[in-house]
Amino acid sequence: MNLLTAIKRIRSWLDERLGLEDIKSFLVHKTVPRHSATLWYYFGGITLFLFVIQVLTGILLLLYYRPTVSEAYESVQFIMTRVQFGWLVRSIHSWSANLMIFTAFVHMFSVVFLRSFRRPREVVWLSGIAMLGLALGFGFSGYLLPWNTISYFATKVGTDMAASMPGIGYYVARFLRGGDDVGGATLTRFFGFHVAVLPGFMTVLLLVHLVLVQKFGISSPPKIEQKYQRRGEPIPAMKFFPNFFLRELMAWYATLGVLGSLAAIFPWELGTKADPFAPAPAGIRPEWYFLAPFYTLKLLPSHVWWGIEGELIGLAGFALLAFFWAALPFWAINRQGVERSRLVTGVGVALLAYLASFSALGYWR
Amino acid sequence: MKMLHMAGLFWVMFAPSWSATKNSCQQCHSSLGGDLATPALLFKKDIHSQHGFGCSDCHGGDPEADDPETAMSRARGFRGKIARTAVPKLCARCHSDATFMHKYAPQQRVDQYAQYQTSVHGKRIAAGDQAAATCVDCHGIHNILQVKDTLSPVHPLRLPATCAHCHADKARMAKYNIPTDQFEEYRKSVHWEALEKRGDLSAPSCASCHGNHGATPPGVNSVAAVCGTCHVLMESLYEKSPHQAAFVRMKLAGCVVCHGNHAVFQPSVKMLQGDSSVCAQCHDATSGGGIAATRMAASLNSLTAAIKVSSEILGRATRDGMEVSEPQARLQDAQELLIKARVAVHAFDLAAVQAPVNEGLKITTETYQAGLSALKERDRRRLGLGISLITIVMTIAGLWLAIRRLEKPSGTRG
Amino acid sequence: MATQRRTILNWLLGTGFIASIISFLYPAFKFMNPPTVPEAAVNEVSAGRVADLEPNSGKIIRFGSKPVLLIRLSQTEWRAFSAVCTHLNCTVQYQPTGRQIWCACHNGLYNLNGQVVSGPPPRPLEEYAVRLRGDEVIIARRA
Repeated sequence: MNLLTAIKRIRSWLDERLGLEDIKSFLVHKTVPRHSATLWYYFGGITLFLFVIQVLTGILLLLYYRPTVSEAYESVQFIMTRVQFGWLVRSIHSWSANLMIFTAFVHMFSVVFLRSFRRPREVVWLSGIAMLGLALGFGFSGYLLPWNTISYFATKVGTDMAASMPGIGYYVARFLRGGDDVGGATLTRFFGFHVAVLPGFMTVLLLVHLVLVQKFGISSPPKIEQKYQRRGEPIPAMKFFPNFFLRELMAWYATLGVLGSLAAIFPWELGTKADPFAPAPAGIRPEWYFLAPFYTLKLLPSHVWWGIEGELIGLAGFALLAFFWAALPFWAINRQGVERSRLVTGVGVALLAYLASFSALGYWR
Repeated sequence: MKMLHMAGLFWVMFAPSWSATKNSCQQCHSSLGGDLATPALLFKKDIHSQHGFGCSDCHGGDPEADDPETAMSRARGFRGKIARTAVPKLCARCHSDATFMHKYAPQQRVDQYAQYQTSVHGKRIAAGDQAAATCVDCHGIHNILQVKDTLSPVHPLRLPATCAHCHADKARMAKYNIPTDQFEEYRKSVHWEALEKRGDLSAPSCASCHGNHGATPPGVNSVAAVCGTCHVLMESLYEKSPHQAAFVRMKLAGCVVCHGNHAVFQPSVKMLQGDSSVCAQCHDATSGGGIAATRMAASLNSLTAAIKVSSEILGRATRDGMEVSEPQARLQDAQELLIKARVAVHAFDLAAVQAPVNEGLKITTETYQAGLSALKERDRRRLGLGISLITIVMTIAGLWLAIRRLEKPSGTRG
Repeated sequence: MATQRRTILNWLLGTGFIASIISFLYPAFKFMNPPTVPEAAVNEVSAGRVADLEPNSGKIIRFGSKPVLLIRLSQTEWRAFSAVCTHLNCTVQYQPTGRQIWCACHNGLYNLNGQVVSGPPPRPLEEYAVRLRGDEVIIARRA
């Protein structure tokens, strides 16, 4: 038996037990529409790629990180200074987290403007929104783990906001903090959320999202659909494998290049160990992806209408916004099934403008 | 219960003070208004009042009598307004009585009067000079507070202003022929800065060097000892140095010659050479002393510069993301040796200064090397990044070419 | 011609790909290899051997980035305090003759409980815990 025969026999053995031929034939036939907006199709894959990088670098960091108040900061310092390439793994993990959230937002907005949420893809949209929420949860929980001054106070501010919710706020905050204050219990919990709970939910949602995307194929924007419908032609497409896949690989490699450069040229700082008894440093603010709501809350007056706290109105506003945004596929069409195109575009642009401008304001003020 | 409360209220309202009995002086004078009322109103806050003393304990008279004639009669021991020259002895009646003071403040000293009598103020009062300071001029008269009370005129933060009340007054000091610029000078000093700006109550003010009750300028030969109560090492080095004997001979006051007395400024290497050199006051630039001063300055400057250079390179390394906390801590050691070298100047011996400087320079060489290797490591990282970027670009280029080959419209195969 | 180009292309892609994979895996494997000092020195520091310090003497040890004064009072008794004077942050030293801690800058004195005895320091020195592990002296932060 020579090598080729051996490979053939292994393949047929696996195929009988795993159904490889079915997967192969699916992949071979999968196509990706090719038009002016094809560029945006890469962002979902890049987000997935960055998530995989997070998991891999996260596992590596787990080899050395210790989630207790007396050791967390020191273990991160140890990783940055004593472990070989520790600085690289840690900086990549921190940068990749930020890039992932950014690309997730790009992906989400591209879906809105390209109308990829339309029937029958509503569940894909919902799972995506849920994953965005999880990603923000990853960011919030992971931020505390180095236990430096900024992480401690950012967590304090964040959990205080949760506590200000009427009725349930007290219980939610206690659940998050593991007590009445941010401390060792919080660190343990956040570590558990970050490495076990959130990854578990994320995996499930990711599978749903990806399986459904394969099932329904990649959607094209309505204008493109109409254009080719009028011509009586199919929308030009390229084969997923190898054409789109090679391009996606290029995008992923470019992402790696960007990540490596950021990690090497702008390494993530260690900060100073958190001291719960020290006053909060002046100008404390959360990471950029929380800046827009943060700045909004800062702007709201402390009392609005019949003595209700401004902050409460703000949080209620965010909750409503999140709900309606998640329900987008349902109000994007009217009773007759006609798309409310201008409304969707308008709301999308407005939200994007709000997020961008308030994040900028939150950063510079 | 309600009756008990009413009774208590009655007691509080109508008892003039908790421990003292009736005090007609207070009652009458508070309602007189103007200058006659001021002492009575002030006295409520006085520390003596809080310990149960009354007007009659100093002024005599009968506080039980309502009728002014009786209350303020000679027969009842009324002294009236106390003459200034009689004040110290009056206060000493209690404050020098150890057994008496033991009842109120066992830790408090009882030698103030004895000290006062040795002071310039005390001697002038004894000679009948009404203008000299007595107890009440510094401590207040009817609203005497504890020294540790921030409102007391003799609290460390307020003491210099209290002394200056007379000593900065040209008209008042004219007949004694004493300069009146001390307070102004003192406010330029590092000691005042420590006291006023940093709130360091241990920083010296007038009383720390001149004494409080025994206030006298320190004798010329004892200035170094006075400064040496805090600046121990400088004093002990100075005493063993050639300057000590020389200054005694020349009747110059030790530390003051170079550092000033009231306007003690932040010392620096500029005192050794250049336009503000204090050595040049006596030592010609070409003399042994002058040359030693120049060399000391050069030595100190070399270590200062070396520390700066190390600090800069370590700062660069930190900004570029390298971890250099260990060498930075080591640099602290060099900084301490620089301080040691500056202290060693007071031995007025070049070798004494050069020893810690050389030790410090060894450390700065070490830290500079650490900075260099941190930067080298940074460069290695960037090289590694460069290599991996090259492989990435190669792969991307290869992918792109592969895509092009795949999708060529007219297949020119072969 | 095209065959040559094809070979160059394959080479570019293949080498680039393998080289890039190596450039990712190499740091990852190096990372997994535990460093020589396998643990972060956290709340304690080794201060040398017992025999290194004579009874009734002291020495300065680095604890993280701060200096700590280790004092051996007798054959069996050890103390450790923060060596940063609470007045103006000079480094204090142990004085065997007076059995007290002295700051050379402004003549501050502390007793062997870290409390201020005389001079300008406003606060006592923070105490550290000392214990012996075999013949090694370990200084740790107090709980």
